[in-house]
Amino acid sequence: MRLLATTTNLSVAAMLCAAQLTAQQTPDTTATTPDTVQQPSATARAPTYMNIGLTALVDAGWSTERDVPSLQLGDHDPRVRGFTIPNTELTLDAAVDPYFKGFSNIVFKLDEGGETGVELEEAYLLTTSLPANLQLKLGQFFTEFGRQNPQHPHSWAFVDQPLVLNRMFGPEGLRSQGMRLSWLAPTPFYTEAMLGVMNSVGGTTFSFQSDESSEIHGGVVPEPAVESLGDMLLVPRIASSFELTGTQTVLLGVSAALGPNNSGPAARTRIFGVDAYYKWKPSAAQQGFPFVSLQVEGLARRYEAAEREAAEDASILLPNETLRDRGWYGQLLYGIRPRIVAGLRADVVSSDEASFASELRSDRFRLSPNVTWYPTEFSKIRLQYNYDDRKSVGTDHSVWMQFEFLLGAHASHKF
Amino acid sequence: MHKLTAIKLATVALIALAGTAASSAARLRVVATTPDLAALAREIGGSAVEVTALAKPTEDPHFVDAKPSHIVTINRADVLIEGGAELELGWLPPLLESARNSKVATGARGRIVASQGIRMREIPVSFDRSRGDVHSLGNPHFLIDPVNAKIVAGRMAAQFAQVDPASAALYRANLASFNARVDAKLRQWEGQLAPFRGAKIVTYHKDFVYFASRFGLEVLETLEPKPGIAPSPAHLARVIGAMKAVNARVILVQPYQNRRTAETVARQTGARVLDIPQQPGARRNTTTYFDMMDYMVTTLATALRGG
Repeated sequence: MRLLATTTNLSVAAMLCAAQLTAQQTPDTTATTPDTVQQPSATARAPTYMNIGLTALVDAGWSTERDVPSLQLGDHDPRVRGFTIPNTELTLDAAVDPYFKGFSNIVFKLDEGGETGVELEEAYLLTTSLPANLQLKLGQFFTEFGRQNPQHPHSWAFVDQPLVLNRMFGPEGLRSQGMRLSWLAPTPFYTEAMLGVMNSVGGTTFSFQSDESSEIHGGVVPEPAVESLGDMLLVPRIASSFELTGTQTVLLGVSAALGPNNSGPAARTRIFGVDAYYKWKPSAAQQGFPFVSLQVEGLARRYEAAEREAAEDASILLPNETLRDRGWYGQLLYGIRPRIVAGLRADVVSSDEASFASELRSDRFRLSPNVTWYPTEFSKIRLQYNYDDRKSVGTDHSVWMQFEFLLGAHASHKF
Repeated sequence: MHKLTAIKLATVALIALAGTAASSAARLRVVATTPDLAALAREIGGSAVEVTALAKPTEDPHFVDAKPSHIVTINRADVLIEGGAELELGWLPPLLESARNSKVATGARGRIVASQGIRMREIPVSFDRSRGDVHSLGNPHFLIDPVNAKIVAGRMAAQFAQVDPASAALYRANLASFNARVDAKLRQWEGQLAPFRGAKIVTYHKDFVYFASRFGLEVLETLEPKPGIAPSPAHLARVIGAMKAVNARVILVQPYQNRRTAETVARQTGARVLDIPQQPGARRNTTTYFDMMDYMVTTLATALRGG
């Protein structure tokens, strides 16, 4: 709350300064409307030293599954019948000094019981002037694995997290504390190589040393241990992009996440992923429309589970085994005409059998058509239907509405 | 054998890369966000620069995709020219972040913000998005006033010379020549439009304000009720009424605006829809700033004459 108060003061101060600035300007007599002025120099700007923005998602809907959180697994998914606010992000970013940019993202959200949760989602420094085309990111941030994991929920094209990302990275996605070194290769086309080195311990390193790991390996979760540098999580990634024609672009990537898990000593997890994004947009598009885009990500996990006591019954010893999971999703978006987008997503996940039963590792298929209307760049209204087939449970149907609003700093969009 | 072949291939590729780098190293690599800025940069830089525009001539400069190829282009730039006044706010910041090129960082000698030094119009007194997508630093479509083009060109010449002192004399000479040509052409353009002083024009977006002011025209209405907001039937009805009342005869649209809406209004008012792109290259034979302005002025004068 203290933080909120500070930012409010900041913006009030900024507005006062802006008002003073504009008051000092003598309005030009040729001004076209009374709410605008003309001035000789345009260097004046609201004197904040940072961009302040707030994005809120308001969801509403219904599902045939009474226990909605068992169906909607993502932390920023709609998880109740009725209304909820699964994600409100306060973003603050700016140039720190000539050498660094700073970015932080603080999330407020309501859980299934309507209780407010606050989390420091991201807080990191980014270098701006390292030599040799290098760039370092340092702090806590979404791991740059694949395409969607590093994206914030408000820029997703669907109301919920893809199933395969949930299965591999958990309800929050993969993020941790650490650093990431990136190198922009001197190739004629875009190629960026990255290596993330992050803590493997924490609530948001699901497949590694997380408290929630029991859901994956079925065993008792021991105290996390960091005994050597080998206990860090390593995330290498390489991505390239090509202009197929003047109006068609493709971006391809390969990622891996390698680190220890906590089923037992020396047990390790390896996750591999490929991602592809294609977009067509004509040369004379109206406000970016029409367009067609296709995004596909496939992931596979090899989870070495050590011999461990079963979480349900400590007298049962689960054997040393390798748990294999895989899945993919593909989403097709068609920007029909300005500000209207139709989407279709298919989600598939499957897992090999293990010595214990877990609904979280059962096979599942989901098909989600949706349509989104963006009244402006600062708001959106989305309607989505999910056909959900959990092989071990049965079929469910859900309908979700999502409303978004954005205040403050103008959003900019990565490709 | 395979390994050897791979090494050979890699060597060839590296040599080719080095070759490309060497051949372009001699010339200043200038990147402009939009084709009109690129056209000015070519006038001033001449043979000493190699100019690339990020946006296409027919592309809406507010809505360019931050494509990875643009990251590469900016990464290798010696100079980056942007329009400024938040025109590129939706796409340039992420490109700059990924491009990690300190030569074109904010405040660096290699960064030119064209709006600086321009007498900006329509700067909002209060920041309120219920008024539409209003730019807090003013209307960014200022380059179609030739006097503004001279200001921007002057800034380019000064900063090109700072980054590349060896060619400073060339930049100065090119600027003098450019200014002289603008002065001569401006008299011609003013002459062409003089008979229509006070004529009422309608535009799709608020993007002809500087042009209208320079040539003594009046922007009666815009089809967008507010900047960036799609035309509503009620607003269009009002525009049609206003146009009929003063017998407004032309509606100006850009390639990336909704021509069908303009045609609907034109049918009901007897006005003509004029395709007047502001970016050089959007129409054939308009590669330079002068070609584009000639096209604009001539097309408009012809239509206002009733031709």
